[in-house]
Amino acid sequence: MVGAGLVIIGAGIGLGKIGGAAMEAIARQPEATGKIQTAMIIIAALLEGVAFAALFAVS
Amino acid sequence: MQIIFRFTLLVLIFSSTSWATLAKGGDKTDQDHGGQVDTKEEVNAYINHHLDDSHYFNLYSDGETGEHFGIPLPVIIYDFDNGLHLFSSSKFHHGEDLVEIDGQHYKLYHSKIYKTDAEGTITYDEDGFVENAKPLDFSITKNLLGMILASVLLLWMFTSLARSYKKGQIPKGFSRFLEPLVIYVRDDIAKPNIGPKYKKYMSFLLTVFFFIWLLNLLGMTPLGFNVTGNIAVTFALALVTFIIVQFSGNKHYWKHIFWMPGVPVLMKIVLMPIEILGMFTKPFALMIRLFANMTAGHVVIMSLLGLIVIMQNWIAGPAFFGFTIMISVIELLVAFLQAYIFTLLSALYIGMAVEDHDDHGEDVPVV
Repeated sequence: MVGAGLVIIGAGIGLGKIGGAAMEAIARQPEATGKIQTAMIIIAALLEGVAFAALFAVS
Repeated sequence: MQIIFRFTLLVLIFSSTSWATLAKGGDKTDQDHGGQVDTKEEVNAYINHHLDDSHYFNLYSDGETGEHFGIPLPVIIYDFDNGLHLFSSSKFHHGEDLVEIDGQHYKLYHSKIYKTDAEGTITYDEDGFVENAKPLDFSITKNLLGMILASVLLLWMFTSLARSYKKGQIPKGFSRFLEPLVIYVRDDIAKPNIGPKYKKYMSFLLTVFFFIWLLNLLGMTPLGFNVTGNIAVTFALALVTFIIVQFSGNKHYWKHIFWMPGVPVLMKIVLMPIEILGMFTKPFALMIRLFANMTAGHVVIMSLLGLIVIMQNWIAGPAFFGFTIMISVIELLVAFLQAYIFTLLSALYIGMAVEDHDDHGEDVPVV
């Protein structure tokens, strides 16, 4: 149970950083929004994959 | 307008029946035993049962009489001693009865068919796993029915879209909704990630996108499908991506796996097993991601509904009802997002395999 919590904390921090960086990038260069969003979703998906794998390993 | 009204009515009828099942199931034990624990256990069993595949399409269960209303699905089993058999799953009576074919007995136990003796004994080994022999099960289960339904719907929708181009350039009716989605998959997923060779892979990407999306949406209906939340289904989908990526890999792709150009020889040897592992972790992550996301969504919705039954008061009821609606709306987004991500990552992996690398020589380091 603690392990699952730790996984979620880690995933949350990671997703937060990705989202925050993407927001800053979009604010700086609004014309590149589409490309940034795609890259953001890919990285978020990869992170999520690791997080889920860890969740399965824990439970 | 009338169509929308009818559709809403249909949805309401379906949702009320499946929720009524949950409510009644909870009420019964509460009256019988007066304990909270039993209700919790029953809700837990209900959620687990929903996540499992089933040989019976259940629409409504009467908690008081224990009767089930639904459609029994055909069971097709192959036994090496006994041959191929086809019969209705109603013969099992939800696991209560044994089915006897040519002197062999079969029992439905936790949604799986086992071979048993005449009394229907299930034996366990020391780790708690069932020891009984299992016949090969080719049954049309609920998940398979969901997939057939989705396939038929997709065929019908997209053949009508294809046919509309024969009459003129602009599609009419429902096809107008589909055309932008097809273009979206082509322009935003296939073209930027695969490159000039995208056309060959469009059929796969479109199929996988709409198949996953439709199945995710079917999971949101109160029919109780949980197809994309089944690891076998997502395994098969990821396997198809894996095979396509490996078979479309050009010589650069294989060279980057077995003998990475532009790094020292010692590094090449270290990188080879990592890259070979990478071949398998990519589709593995695809499989786990889709499965875990959809399962998590179903568990959250069912748990919130279950909390209404467990708490049974005037504040929790409306509050968790509201939460459920909120999560359901998020799940609608997730249903699309997971289909999008699966397609996008498939396209990305295919793009990695077919990419031309004629712009760098042996001595240029590769990022």
